Amino acid sequence: MINRREFVKTLTSFFALSALGCGKLLVPRKRLREMNREELKETLARLEREYRKKYGKEIKVYSTPPQEGTLFGYALDLNRCIGCRRCVYACVRENNQSRGGSEKHNMPVHWIKVFEMDKRKGVDFVEANLYYNPEEVPQEGHFYMPVQCHQCENPPCVKVCPVGATWKERDGIVVIDYNWCIGCRYCMVACPYGARHFNWTEPYLPPDEINTNTHLLGNRPRYKGVVEKCTFCIHRVRLGRYPACVEVCPVGARKFGNLLDPKSEIRYIIENKRIFVLKEELNTLPKFFYYYG
Amino acid sequence: MLRWLFAIIFLVLPTACEKEHRAIEGVDPFHAENPPLPPQERGLIPIQKEEKEKKEQFPVPPPPLSEGIYPCSSCHAEIEPNPKRRKLEFHEDIVFEHDEEHRWCLDCHDIKNRDKLRLANGELIGFEESYRLCGQCHGPQYRDWKVGVHGKRTGMWKGEKEYLLCAHCHNPHSPRFKPLKPKPPPARPEDIR
Repeated sequence: MINRREFVKTLTSFFALSALGCGKLLVPRKRLREMNREELKETLARLEREYRKKYGKEIKVYSTPPQEGTLFGYALDLNRCIGCRRCVYACVRENNQSRGGSEKHNMPVHWIKVFEMDKRKGVDFVEANLYYNPEEVPQEGHFYMPVQCHQCENPPCVKVCPVGATWKERDGIVVIDYNWCIGCRYCMVACPYGARHFNWTEPYLPPDEINTNTHLLGNRPRYKGVVEKCTFCIHRVRLGRYPACVEVCPVGARKFGNLLDPKSEIRYIIENKRIFVLKEELNTLPKFFYYYG
Repeated sequence: MLRWLFAIIFLVLPTACEKEHRAIEGVDPFHAENPPLPPQERGLIPIQKEEKEKKEQFPVPPPPLSEGIYPCSSCHAEIEPNPKRRKLEFHEDIVFEHDEEHRWCLDCHDIKNRDKLRLANGELIGFEESYRLCGQCHGPQYRDWKVGVHGKRTGMWKGEKEYLLCAHCHNPHSPRFKPLKPKPPPARPEDIR
């Protein structure tokens, strides 16, 4: 039996504790700040020095800022995609992902996954086949659905990062600071699209296959124990170019553009085609659209 | 006197109108005995829209003509044109699977000038403009292609887009996109050690 004095004591301490908790949340989190121009310059120079030492090669690390008035969007035509995986390997080359394929190096990282699905079942990831390898694609009765980072407007991966190592840029690209990432992989769990990938081992990147044109927040060589993902080829699109996967697609299923430009290809697709986003019910607001052209 | 004047006016007016009417229409293409001449030869002035369309320039690479074949006139100049639909003795490498029941060579290639393609209205165009020919039947694709949505796009999303001709991806004689060998699948989790 609890007496009156004890009851009041517990109640007061409960309220005191919860007030403290609320107070803590109200304090703005000021742990992170942006680098100033000087610090950024120093960082880029340091990274280039480190890469030169590691790979014996001149690697340029740029920090091209977002262009004013851009919000990037992507569209993929499910009627056209034939599942040839040209995009997967163009992405690997362009973005310096870890190579695999040999006994020693068997941890390849692919930012794009292409699922083979049954036309009768529709978009169904439980029945989908990621490892299809027939002589020819497309296979009768199947369609192909590539999945990569959807660059959500409301990204769950950003919300869960305990150290603030990932965020959304002004042009809508979700980026990662590979030097700040602690490898806790919360973001991989939070991402409903399986778009984030972890470097379980030291990434294997043969020096003669390195793309030396890199971006600080994009395709610069990564480290063991960090998470990485598609950035819409941040080093290309911020200069007005198309992402590598768009340029390589042999059937022209991949479309890219500025969502804020009413004359862009992406806006034409959204306004004229039947489009959908993956897992709409999660309110992640992807900027990656699937359509039927 | 006045009555006569009215009578004359009534008689002359309709014929005058009819003459004017004919001048606008030109030869009626549906009831003429011979197929219509190209608009230039019929003395028609191209309408405003056509001029506008001509101004739309799409930067395309040179058309994918078979090596050693073009110019077609190097052989065809000496061959008597035969408009009869038949199995060809030459060009046996061409597999024709493009609505083959209804179409054949001279629906697209001009009978007199083999170095040109012929639109349905009789206008002759070069191979580098072949998208206009394809667009006659494939309207939705043509519309999408013009805005950069149908077909492979390279270049800049902000700036000069690079286009491809329809024939760069679709063999005009057998247009279905051919299957490809897929690149290797990703590593399975159980293969990773």
